[in-house]
Amino acid sequence: MDTKRISELQEIARQIRVGIIDAVYSAASGHPGGSLSIADLLAYLYFEKLNVDPADPCKADRDRLVLSKGHCAPGLYAALALRGFFPVEDLKTLRKTTSYLQGHPDMKHTPGVDMSSGSLGQGTSVSVGMALSAKLDGKTNKVYAILGDGETEEGQVWEAAMSAAHFGLSNLTWIVDLNGLQIDGKIADVMNPMPHGEKFAAFGWNVVEADAHDFASLEAAFNAADACTDRPTVIINHSVKGKGVSFMENNVAWHGAAPNAEQYEIAMKDLGER
Amino acid sequence: MADKIATREAYGKALAEFGAEYENLVVLDADLAAATKTGVFKKAFPERFFDCGIAENNMIGVAVGLSLTGKIPFASSFAMFAAGRSFEQVRNSIGYPHCNVKIGATHAGVTVGEDGATHQCCEDIALMRTIPGMVILNPADAVEARLAVKAAIEYNGPVYLRFGRMAVPVIYGDDYKFEIGRGVKLAEGTDVSLVATGIEVEQALLARELLAAEGISASVVNIHTIKPLDEELIISEANTCGAIVTCEEHTVIGGLGSAVAECLSEKRPTPVLKVGVNDVFGRSGPAKELVSYFGLDAAAIAAKAKAAIALK
Repeated sequence: MDTKRISELQEIARQIRVGIIDAVYSAASGHPGGSLSIADLLAYLYFEKLNVDPADPCKADRDRLVLSKGHCAPGLYAALALRGFFPVEDLKTLRKTTSYLQGHPDMKHTPGVDMSSGSLGQGTSVSVGMALSAKLDGKTNKVYAILGDGETEEGQVWEAAMSAAHFGLSNLTWIVDLNGLQIDGKIADVMNPMPHGEKFAAFGWNVVEADAHDFASLEAAFNAADACTDRPTVIINHSVKGKGVSFMENNVAWHGAAPNAEQYEIAMKDLGER
Repeated sequence: MADKIATREAYGKALAEFGAEYENLVVLDADLAAATKTGVFKKAFPERFFDCGIAENNMIGVAVGLSLTGKIPFASSFAMFAAGRSFEQVRNSIGYPHCNVKIGATHAGVTVGEDGATHQCCEDIALMRTIPGMVILNPADAVEARLAVKAAIEYNGPVYLRFGRMAVPVIYGDDYKFEIGRGVKLAEGTDVSLVATGIEVEQALLARELLAAEGISASVVNIHTIKPLDEELIISEANTCGAIVTCEEHTVIGGLGSAVAECLSEKRPTPVLKVGVNDVFGRSGPAKELVSYFGLDAAAIAAKAKAAIALK
């Protein structure tokens, strides 16, 4: 990936972050922290990696993405809107009673959403089923799931991890957004799920580490996933919760809170919109 | 009523039978293939069978992923685990997105027998009824179980199928027509209607004979589809008989009895008495003995029928 492409992706990620803040501010609720920490990942996936088509959101041979940490829907919606699945201005309808943009992803009503999610842990198993199906049919499409680091405290994640390795699903890649924070505090203090790498390796996975805010690092990690042909891959994506908005960075208070008018202006300034 | 066969046996055979016709039919189990009888399918189509190990919640999600990529998955375990342990997976991953997943739940009710209360699920119908869009099928015999599997394959959406461990008589002939949501009138009667489901259909037919000996005319209806309920037939029974006894191998809270009472209290107020497990846990014992122990046998139904008539 050359520097020009990197700067293009950085600009897309910036726009995703603007979309996140716009959506959460309009809704006066939502989850900005964990959405901002995966903004670069979403930019890379939707604008560089995934075989998806906004003109045909349900095409059969597409790559699939399950946002298992479904509360980060604002990030997913912003990426989908910028990719052309629906109008960017609709982001401001997030969480409104008549909007198709539910607080957590709803595959029945939102183009580009491959699975309804939000109850933590459940998306992981669904991604295993999708990858298993592709393998059964000899298809070459890939399946991805994005997990929260706190989410890995759910037992179902490890049931799913066990099964993905058992079924030899090399077409499956999970990305753990390791931002170190969950609602009640630091993951290390609440219920320490770390070290992720050793755990996944023990479950039979190919483990790759990445810097979540460095596109060259992301590209190297996904290339390593593609190169692994006998096991599923997990990318341990080291991120900063709230990345890009000064007062939200590494601050657990912004896991699930919306900025007020004054904070919104600061956020927009941080994101280069003012 | 000659041959006896458990509905779980018919379930496994039906999967293997229809697996040939439906190439996108896949079956998942959670280390119980020998007991749920999905092992019959596994033998016939090993490449389309996935044992998920003792991890039911993951199995439900894997089934969802398969359904979203064009497969028709049947996910199997005991009712206790499929509907109980995995309730929230069924609710959020199958129900909310209305995925085309079939849950084949065996070992429902107290007729699990000697394994006892931890494995005797009498709450599954109540749990599944609360999920919007969930179809619940509870076949009475092997013929109906086979046709329920076929209907579930052909229906696009979530279906919960409830099967038993105990061998039960075959009620239906080969010409039996099964339709989701359409109850079956098995015997005419005018004094009381016995509205039964699953293995209780046999007991209701036996109760009808006991009542006839006392000069009481009982109608018998098989409600194989608990959701959506055949309200038209239920109301017709209320109109004809004026008293209803529901019969189910399930808690009296939230199952067929509740569904019938909810329907009639709004549309045709009628006395409804419930034969079922009376808000208690099960216990170990031979299955047939437990049917009597928990007041689910023909004598218990006949006694309730007389009490229902007295309320008219």
